[in-house]
Amino acid sequence: MKDIEAIGHDLASTIKRYGADYIEVRLEESQTSHITYRGKELESIDRATATGGNVRALVKGGWGFVSFNELDNLPDRIERAIKQAQFVGHEESRLSPLEPVVDRVTLEADKHPEDIPLATKKELLDEYRDIIWRTPGLQTSGIGYGDSRKKVVFLNSLGSYIVQERADVTLRLTAVAAKDGEVQQTGLSLGNRGDFNQMKNLHQPVAEMAQRAVELLSAPQIKGGEYTVVLDPVLAGVFVHEAFGHLSEADFVYENKRMCQIMTLGKEFGSTELNIVDGAAVPGLRGSFKYDDEGVPATKTYLIREGKLVGRLHSRETAARMKEGATGNARAINYHYPPIVRMTNTYIEPKSTSFADMITDIKEGVYVKNWYGGTTSMEMFTFSAGEAYMIRQGKIAELLRPVVLTGNVFTTLKNIDAIGNDLEMNQGGGCGKGGQSPLPVSNGSPHIRIRHCLVGGG
Amino acid sequence: MEDILALAKKRADEAEVYKVTAEDTSVQFETNRLKHIQSNQSTRMALRVVKQGKTGYATATGPGGQSLVDMAVETARFGMKAAFEFPGATSYPPIEVYDAAIEAVSLEEMNKIGEQMVATLLRHTPGLICHAGVSKDVTSVSITNSRGGQANYRGTVFSLSVWANLINGTDMLFVGDGQSSCHPILEANTVTEAVLQQLELAKNQAAVATRSMPVVFTPQGVASALISPLMAAFNGKTVLQGASPVGGKLGQMVFDRKLWLWDDPTIPYRPTSGPCDDEGVASQRTPLVEGGVVANFLYDLQTAALAHTNSTGNGHRSRGGLPAPSPSAFVIAPGSTGFDEMVHDIKEGLVIEELMGAEQGNILGGDFSGNVLLGYKVENGKIVGRVKDTMVSGNVYQLLKQISAIGSDTRWVGGSVSTPSLYFPGVSVAAKS
Repeated sequence: MKDIEAIGHDLASTIKRYGADYIEVRLEESQTSHITYRGKELESIDRATATGGNVRALVKGGWGFVSFNELDNLPDRIERAIKQAQFVGHEESRLSPLEPVVDRVTLEADKHPEDIPLATKKELLDEYRDIIWRTPGLQTSGIGYGDSRKKVVFLNSLGSYIVQERADVTLRLTAVAAKDGEVQQTGLSLGNRGDFNQMKNLHQPVAEMAQRAVELLSAPQIKGGEYTVVLDPVLAGVFVHEAFGHLSEADFVYENKRMCQIMTLGKEFGSTELNIVDGAAVPGLRGSFKYDDEGVPATKTYLIREGKLVGRLHSRETAARMKEGATGNARAINYHYPPIVRMTNTYIEPKSTSFADMITDIKEGVYVKNWYGGTTSMEMFTFSAGEAYMIRQGKIAELLRPVVLTGNVFTTLKNIDAIGNDLEMNQGGGCGKGGQSPLPVSNGSPHIRIRHCLVGGG
Repeated sequence: MEDILALAKKRADEAEVYKVTAEDTSVQFETNRLKHIQSNQSTRMALRVVKQGKTGYATATGPGGQSLVDMAVETARFGMKAAFEFPGATSYPPIEVYDAAIEAVSLEEMNKIGEQMVATLLRHTPGLICHAGVSKDVTSVSITNSRGGQANYRGTVFSLSVWANLINGTDMLFVGDGQSSCHPILEANTVTEAVLQQLELAKNQAAVATRSMPVVFTPQGVASALISPLMAAFNGKTVLQGASPVGGKLGQMVFDRKLWLWDDPTIPYRPTSGPCDDEGVASQRTPLVEGGVVANFLYDLQTAALAHTNSTGNGHRSRGGLPAPSPSAFVIAPGSTGFDEMVHDIKEGLVIEELMGAEQGNILGGDFSGNVLLGYKVENGKIVGRVKDTMVSGNVYQLLKQISAIGSDTRWVGGSVSTPSLYFPGVSVAAKS
């Protein structure tokens, strides 16, 4: 079979000849490996290779998309995508302007996780497994390790030809404790851009995670209601992603007049302390890249500055239709899907409050740490904490059963009344939207304090 | 496939090749109009080998070949101990999941159904923003192994979905529903009727207090809040690890005696059915809860062997991974109480249609806690309006011990769950004051 770069190269010379307003082709090659443990035993170990591609065509505002993993007959597939687009299109095609780019982004020499022997990977995971099982009272545990390397060739009818490589390593550990028919679990999620070595030296946090699962069995459940809540950087990062990030994705807004009114630039969303940023241009994070999946260069976009809405995340189409600039946020999880508007690295900028000052005047509140999950309906969000403690008289008090926080996005952002000085980025999460999950993203924040937050308990 | 099996047999003691090819087409409506047409073609091969008692596994797109064998053999050095044997030649039950009529459905027809769904909703509520999808796919599965096991079948799936939002100020209402079958669905009435009812019931808003109260979960509500913990608990793998709350309780009364639950991949023309699972084990209907009593757990080959029992034909491959036990189609038996009867019985309570984020808590323990994305307040036996800023939480095992009534309104939700409404006497509700 021909190499995807050779196929891409051949297509580049012919793609302008077709009768469509715009055409792009993405070709992809990937190699992945996974190792999972359940309990003390290695449960599965596998390797996979995948090759595939897609054609996306735009005709009179209508899109046709064809994906495949047989790379022959590409001209037929291009024709099919165009036919589909013709069937749909009945208006004017609008895309924001794009300077064609010819570029190649390769991996650094130390970012090749696929070259590390399976034996070395397994040895490290065995160590973590052993640490988890040194904790008395555990029922079971899980370890999921994955690494991947991917090369994507992108070309379009404007003349762009971009080859990008990326690598990812992810590790998720869970510990499950059980007693008298009750079950509690804790987890730890990490990720990075292909550096296996960063997954070493996690022995301490792994031990603490296992210990906490056992402690949760005797922890009390919080009484549901409104509390002052302090979020650690990991959970605050999930909060900013769920509660505000999705709202700033322009595909939810651009054709919805009432949504446009809610998301009018200049509108006040929070205090003057609040700045929220998204951007893939910062190198080395899980959501980072040089070009998005429409060939648009990555940027850094302020979504909220001094409490006011100043920007949003765009594809070329949403940008053109809202008469705003493209931000490089069109992403696809793989060749099977068209790019849609997604976040990259999303964070709250740090301010000056220390953690100690933040909790000192809280008589009764909740300190929530670590990501467990989260989702949003635009107006309402819910996210859950892997770890929660009562705050009593300005001090961290007893450990609680896991809690779920929920609220109205618009009022909750205004209820953030303190922003810390300790920004950290969480690389362990993935984002799902439109059936495309998990997309690598990172979220971050310093510690933040929210007044009147609804906390769910038993 | 046979050539890969032959190559693999030279390098390993046992081998199994699984191949799935799929072609699908969907038309997608955005903001009340047709916006995308998408079609996908994929072929994936998976090779599982057993070498010196250990399992190796690799997958590849396209025809596979020597590199697939190399990768599988490499992983077998480290793989888990294979406790199972591949099934030999098996005669499968004739479960139909293929309808050639699907291949003949044209883009024009798919577009028409989508337009119909959008137009029906817009006629009812003009300010709605509707998104809809109509899709059809054809899949063919082949399995062959070194012990003579052979399975081949084709399946078709046709799906409709529509979801819509209505925004007033910063208030957002979300409604939606879907339907799927192995036959073409050329009438969208079932889906649109359900959404129209949601729109009717959500017209007004109502306030709710923070306390425990009677709650009816509609079929969609049951699926969004209560099913995930049960799927984890009845998974043979969870049981084997001792992490299932029902694990040691075979034959014991754990739930309300009104509860009957089974897994069923044998229903003709359901997208979750088929003659066999992804390991070539014949499909069967497996009772899980019989009159409140725990009856069985779901197993694949490996997990069954470790538990000294037989596979229940629940070895499924998600995302191309190794087979693992998972439900095919979860079915809760309907009761005899009408939905309206349940509502009439409530002085003050809630009806939950969709709980958002309920599955992010301690699922293994059965805890759920979520924001009411769509739910209604009941006062003196009548639905008075939609509730907001409300959280509902509880524990599935505690709730299912005492069910006030099981509905007669059973239906498929999300393709793989069939359930009626369930009515509970007391569920914890927290509302923003």
